[in-house]
Amino acid sequence: MSTMTIHKSLLDGAIVAKRNLIKIKRVPDLLVFSTMSPIMFILLFAYVFGSAINVPGLSYREFLIPGIFAQTVIFGATITGAGLADDIQKGIIDRFRSLPMARSAVLVGRTTSDVLNNVLVIFIMSLTGLAVGWRIRSSFFEAAAGFLLLLLFAYAISWIMAWVGLIVPSPEVVNNASFMIIFPLTFIANTFVPTNGFPPVLRAIANWNPVSSVTQAARQLFGNTSAKYPPPKDWSLQHPVIYTLAWVALLLAVFIPLSVRQYKRAASR
Amino acid sequence: MGDVIRATGLVKNYGNLRALDGLDLAVPEGTVLAVLGPNGAGKTTAVRILATLLQSDGGSAEVAGFDVASQPGKVREHIGLSGQYAAVDEYLTGFENLDMVGRLYGLGKRRSRERAHELLERFTLTDAADRTVKTYSGGMRRRLDLAGALVAQPPVLFLDEPTTGLDPRSRTDMWEVIVELVKAGSTLLLTTQYLEEADRLADDILVIDHGREIAHGTADDLKAQVGGERVEVVVGSNADVAAAKTILSELADGACVVEEHTRRITAPVKGGAGVLMEALRRLDAEGIEVLDVALRRPTLDDVFLTLTGHAAEVEPAADAKAKGKGKGTKSAPAEFEETAAR
Repeated sequence: MSTMTIHKSLLDGAIVAKRNLIKIKRVPDLLVFSTMSPIMFILLFAYVFGSAINVPGLSYREFLIPGIFAQTVIFGATITGAGLADDIQKGIIDRFRSLPMARSAVLVGRTTSDVLNNVLVIFIMSLTGLAVGWRIRSSFFEAAAGFLLLLLFAYAISWIMAWVGLIVPSPEVVNNASFMIIFPLTFIANTFVPTNGFPPVLRAIANWNPVSSVTQAARQLFGNTSAKYPPPKDWSLQHPVIYTLAWVALLLAVFIPLSVRQYKRAASR
Repeated sequence: MGDVIRATGLVKNYGNLRALDGLDLAVPEGTVLAVLGPNGAGKTTAVRILATLLQSDGGSAEVAGFDVASQPGKVREHIGLSGQYAAVDEYLTGFENLDMVGRLYGLGKRRSRERAHELLERFTLTDAADRTVKTYSGGMRRRLDLAGALVAQPPVLFLDEPTTGLDPRSRTDMWEVIVELVKAGSTLLLTTQYLEEADRLADDILVIDHGREIAHGTADDLKAQVGGERVEVVVGSNADVAAAKTILSELADGACVVEEHTRRITAPVKGGAGVLMEALRRLDAEGIEVLDVALRRPTLDDVFLTLTGHAAEVEPAADAKAKGKGKGTKSAPAEFEETAAR
């Protein structure tokens, strides 16, 4: 690929991302709902479950917030799938595909604008978290790394969702299907409660679930950990940053080519 | 002049359904080919293959000198596509839509803006330029979609059923725009279900059914095959039917058909309105009460009936498959039967 084509790919991706961001501006309900539910989650868990769940040496709210961050950015990734399915249904993908633009642009633009959407959502949630007693106890750079890792993980999930959005018949299916998968995925993990009390099989699944590792990594990077509550002995949670990055690399390596291939074929259905 | 669009033996299957079954077509530079056929005939499939949106299962096609299968990128630089489902983003304004398309064609920031404004003005959308497309009427969306196809002034245009679903006024507007494009030298392939539309806009008409050519020629050629206009008269009393038939037979170009129970007499004619006037004059002179009278041009149904022996049947299932979504079906519409004095 020459520098000229790379330049055109990036430019086309940026043009499509800008278009998606305009939509967020024009349909603010979308953003309102994608932030309302995590805020609700924070409040419900902090005050309802938080009163019964005991994390040794740490306030439950500090334990909780990184978990909710992880869950929320993963849900945020579903916008990618729903958005693409919607574009196919409305015929806009046909327009894009008939233009002499980079083949990757629609997907790159979509996943990029969803990262920006997630940035905004995390910002709002951080404020809510601070209001209920969450604190960052690490350095600025560690905290920034924590946010970056969450966004990177969400970006990888976006590419799964892009592929899903291109194979399903309508945007509603993306929402329903992702709900069915993301809920168990984010609950069978250390996001809301410590996994020590889980039945053995479930505990093994939870401890090797990448959602647990990204959550554990975020907790460490924000300083929301306690010496009285060390992470489980599993390698995935002893090295959460590396384990998470490995998952990100794997997901991107698999789903970028799959999605691009599906995009080229999308209109033939 | 060479053929700007040429396809040979195109085949496309959707599962067991053969959407295209060895279709050939050619469009010389600067001319208009209308691909005419009912829903499910394979029109959209053919356009999608030529516009590089779909790969054929057999045959080959060249557009602007480039092979659609092996050089799709080159083809895309030379074509504009406007589909029957206006492919515009309803959350963007009209201006933003065209500006975005310009940028994606690689026109650059300034040129894209200028071009967007030019096109909005040309399609009388300037007043709506800064409104989101959500607020546009069907006709406005379709005009914006066509404008999108023209952003980079491509030499080859594909218009897939540009007027399907439009009200008569918007349809006439759209025809005017298309006629202008052709005058400006574009090579155009348009699909339609309306013989009248093909007649108005095209140099050459290809009639297809079940993915195959069933007739090919100018509008006049087809009409000669189908038979020309017909005068239809409905008389007021049963007693007058025989007398009216005699009068019309004298003016007719062939045998008259009488429907006794509706008291309707249909006569194939040559000479259009003049013959109609003469018929009315003679009927009036005989004191025959006329309830309804019409001059009908051949419709797509007539073409099909003559060429295939069956009516232009509608296959919603095949159609939905070919286009990726189900939509209301339509056969040759009554509004194109030209009705004179009532």
